Amino acid sequence: MATFKDFRNNVKPNWCPGCGDFSVQAAMQRAAANVGLEPEQLAVVSGIGCSGRISGYINSYGFHGIHGRSLPIAQGVKMANRDLTVIASGGDGDGFAIGMGHTIHAIRRNIDITYIVMDNQIYGLTKGQTSPRSAAGFKTKSTPAGSIEQAISPMEMALTAGATFVAQSFSTDLKDLTALIEAGIKHKGFSLINVFSPCVTYNKVNTYDWFKENLTKLSDIEGYDPSNRENAMQTLMKHDGLVTGLIYQNTERPSYQELVSGYSEKPLSEADLTLDQEYFDKLTAEFV
Amino acid sequence: MINQLSWKVGGQQGEGIESTGEIFAIALNRLGYYLYGYRHFSSRIKGGHTNNKIRVSTTQVRSISDDLDILVAFDQETIDVNYKELHSKGVIMADAKFGPTKPEDTEASLYAVPFTEIATELGTSLMKNMVAIGATSAVLDLDIQVFEEVVQEIFGRKGQQVVEKNMEAIKAGYEYMKEQLGSNVGAMELEKADGQKRLFMIGNDAIAMGALAGGCRFMAAYPITPASEIMEYLIKKLPAVGGTVIQTEDEIAAVTMAIGANYGGVRTITASAGPGLSLKMEAIGLSGITETPLVIVDTQRGGPSTGLPTKQEQSDLMAMIYGTHGEIPKIVMAPSTVQEAFYDTAEAFNLAEEYQCPVIILSDLQLSLGKQTVEPLDFSKVEIRRGKLQTGELPELESKAYFKRYEVTEDGVSPRTIPGMKNGIHHVTGVEHEETGKPSESAANRIAQMDKRFRKISNIKFDTPVHKNAPHEEADLLIVGFNSTRGAIEEAMDRLEQDGVKVNHAQVRLIHPFPVDEILPLVKTAKKIAVIENNATGQLANILKMNVGHAEKVHKVLKYDGNPFLPHEIHSKCKELF
Repeated sequence: MATFKDFRNNVKPNWCPGCGDFSVQAAMQRAAANVGLEPEQLAVVSGIGCSGRISGYINSYGFHGIHGRSLPIAQGVKMANRDLTVIASGGDGDGFAIGMGHTIHAIRRNIDITYIVMDNQIYGLTKGQTSPRSAAGFKTKSTPAGSIEQAISPMEMALTAGATFVAQSFSTDLKDLTALIEAGIKHKGFSLINVFSPCVTYNKVNTYDWFKENLTKLSDIEGYDPSNRENAMQTLMKHDGLVTGLIYQNTERPSYQELVSGYSEKPLSEADLTLDQEYFDKLTAEFV
Repeated sequence: MINQLSWKVGGQQGEGIESTGEIFAIALNRLGYYLYGYRHFSSRIKGGHTNNKIRVSTTQVRSISDDLDILVAFDQETIDVNYKELHSKGVIMADAKFGPTKPEDTEASLYAVPFTEIATELGTSLMKNMVAIGATSAVLDLDIQVFEEVVQEIFGRKGQQVVEKNMEAIKAGYEYMKEQLGSNVGAMELEKADGQKRLFMIGNDAIAMGALAGGCRFMAAYPITPASEIMEYLIKKLPAVGGTVIQTEDEIAAVTMAIGANYGGVRTITASAGPGLSLKMEAIGLSGITETPLVIVDTQRGGPSTGLPTKQEQSDLMAMIYGTHGEIPKIVMAPSTVQEAFYDTAEAFNLAEEYQCPVIILSDLQLSLGKQTVEPLDFSKVEIRRGKLQTGELPELESKAYFKRYEVTEDGVSPRTIPGMKNGIHHVTGVEHEETGKPSESAANRIAQMDKRFRKISNIKFDTPVHKNAPHEEADLLIVGFNSTRGAIEEAMDRLEQDGVKVNHAQVRLIHPFPVDEILPLVKTAKKIAVIENNATGQLANILKMNVGHAEKVHKVLKYDGNPFLPHEIHSKCKELF
C-alpha cells in the first residue's frame, strides 16, 4: 500500500518560502495515501497561477491546463475513467474569476471529483493584483485606492448552486485539511474545499495571524449539523464566511455518473471502440 | 418527361415549411431519386420568410439548381422573394387564402390553390402542407400512394385517424390541382428512378455517425447553429455503447472537457461553429503543446461575430489553420460530400491519436445542413488505429522517475500513457516541458520539443488529400474549391467543357498540412486557376499561392452574400477569364 511519501516526487516547488500552498500539497498527498490510492489511480488537474503548479508537485498523473479551466478538464478525465480519483485545484483567481462559470456548473452538475481552491485573496504570480476574493477596500497594484467591488462568498455561492459537499479549511490545520480532503474524495459527487492559503509576499492583510484571529472552527460550534443547509447558510452569514470545517454535505443526491443513462459501469477508456456491422446497418437504416 | 426537377416551398417560419419539404423529399428518395436540399432560414423560431428548395434528379446531384420548376407559396412574400428563379414554364401554386398575385415580369403560371380551405374542411388548417404536396403530385403526375408510408411513419403515433386525414389532404390537393391543370397534368412528369434505397441525410448526421463508427464515446458541446445536430444525434446514440454527451456551460468548457476526456483515454469530440471556435482557440493550443488528441468540428457559417448565423460561408479557413497563439501542429480536413464527412470524421480520431494533435474537421453550413441523397456508407472502410497509445504492462520506472511521455523520437510521436496505467505516470502541462512533462525553459529543450512536435505532421498519411477530376494533361483552367462547393463546381465544369474550355478540378480535402505534392502538378499544367470560395478575401486562393506559388495564374471567384454558389455563377465567372 502506498504511503504519503509515494505521492512525493523529486520536483522542488517554486512557491515562496512560507506559502500556504506547501501545506495543501502535503495534505493532498496524505489524504491520497489515507484513502488507499496508488499514485497511478490519482489524477490531479490544476489551473494557472502559483497554486496551479501543484499538479507537478505530486507523484500522480497530473495535468496543468489553462487559466480557469481545471474543472472542465478534470470533469472530462473523470468521465473518461470513473475509477480514477480526480482532484482539480487552483487559486481563487482561477476558480472564482476567470473560471467562475465552470465552478458554478461543476457544482450543479455534481460529477464525482474534488475541487481544492487555494484561496489567498490576491493574484500572486502576476505580482499582486486584486482578486474576486479581495475584500472591499483592499489595496493592490490594480486597486491603488482600494477595491470598490464586493468580494465573492464562495461557500454561500456553492450552497445556492446546489453543492453536495462544501468545506473550508486553513492551510496550517494540516490534520483537519487532510481529513476534509479525504472526506471530499470519498463523497459521491462534487466536493468543493476552499482553503485559506496565505500569500506571504503580496497579501499583507490576510496573513496567518489574521486568519488565526478571525476564523471559527465549526467543530467549536455546539451541535453544528453539516446536513442542515439552511443552518449552514446562516452560520456562513453570521461569521462572514470565516469558518473552517465541513460546512454542508448532502449524501442523498446521486452523483452525475450515477444518473447518466447508459453510461458504462467500467471505465469508458476501456470501451470497445468497434461497432458490429448489424448495429451499423441499423444506424443507416434510419436514414433511408 | 424530365429527369430533373427543382421544387421550392416557402412561407413563414414555424408554419411547417421544413416538414413539408421533408415529407416530399423522403418519399422521392425512397423511389430512388437523388435529392439535394437547401434550407433558407433565419435565426428565429416563428415568423420571417423561410423556404426549402429541393432538387430531384435521376442522377447524383450535389448542388442547388440554377432555376426553379415549381414554387409552392404560403404567402405573397414567398412569391416576391423567389419568383425570379422560375423559368418560363415554371409553376407557382399559392394558397388562395391570401389572394396571390403574380409579378408582371414572369412567364411562369400561377395557380391559386385553396390549401388552407381544403385542409380546414378536412379537419385542420395544419394539413395545408399536405394539400400542397398533393397538388405538387398532380403537376408531376406522381402516384400519391408514394407518400403513404412516410405519412404513416410521421403521424402514426398520433393515431390512424390522423394518418388517414393527412392522406386525404394529399388526395384532395391532388384532385383539385388535376382539375385545374386539365390537359397540363403531368406537364413535368418525372422519368422513373431506379428504385434503389439510398440514404437521405445531412452532413451533420454523417459527421455524428462517422464519430460513432470511429470509436467516439464521449462528446462535450454547447449548442450552436449549424452544429447542434451532431450533438443531438450522439445524445441519442452514445448511451447504447456506454458513452454520453455533456452539454457544457460554454464553448471553452466543451473543448477543455473534451481535452480532459481524450487525455483520460476516450475518443471524444466537440463541435461548434465560428463563434465557438473563436472561444476554443486557447484550448486548441493546449491540445497542441500537450499533444493531447482532440477532434473538433467547425461548421462554418457567416462571420465575423454573430455575422450571418444561418447562412453559408467559408471564412474560417485561416482561423482554423493559424488560430491559437503560438505555433502547434494541427490537422485541418475539409470533406466535400456527405460521404466524405462520414469517412473523414471516423478517420479524424485515428489521426488525432496517431499524431497526438488537434484535428479540425471543417464543414460549412450547406454541407452540414443540406439534406441530400447519399450512396450507402461502407462500414468496412472504417478502421480504428490508436497510434502509440501504450497497452499491456509497462516497464517498471525507477523510483520517482516519470514516464517519458514527450520522448524525442525520430517521427516526433512519443509513446502515450493514460491515467490509471501503472508505470505510466508523467506530467502534462501547457508550459514548455521536457521529455517527462516537467516544465523546462532550457533553450535546447525548447528547440528539441518544438521540432519534435512539428516533425509529427511533416509527413502525414491521409488517404485522399485532394479529390481530383483531372481529365486533361494540359488544362486551360484548374478549378479549386473546398467543402460544399464541389457539386456546383462539377456542374460548371461540365458546361465549361461544352464551351470548349479544358478544365481540371481539385477539391482540397486536407487543408493543413497543405497537400503541395498533390496539387502542384495540376497547378503547373494549368494556364489559369480559379479558386471558388464563399468568403470575401479568397482565403483558399491565398493559401494556395503561399504553398505552391504561381500567383500570376490564380483568380479568386468569391461569393459572400450568405448563399451557396449556383453552377451558372461559377460557369460565367470562369468564362470571364477567357
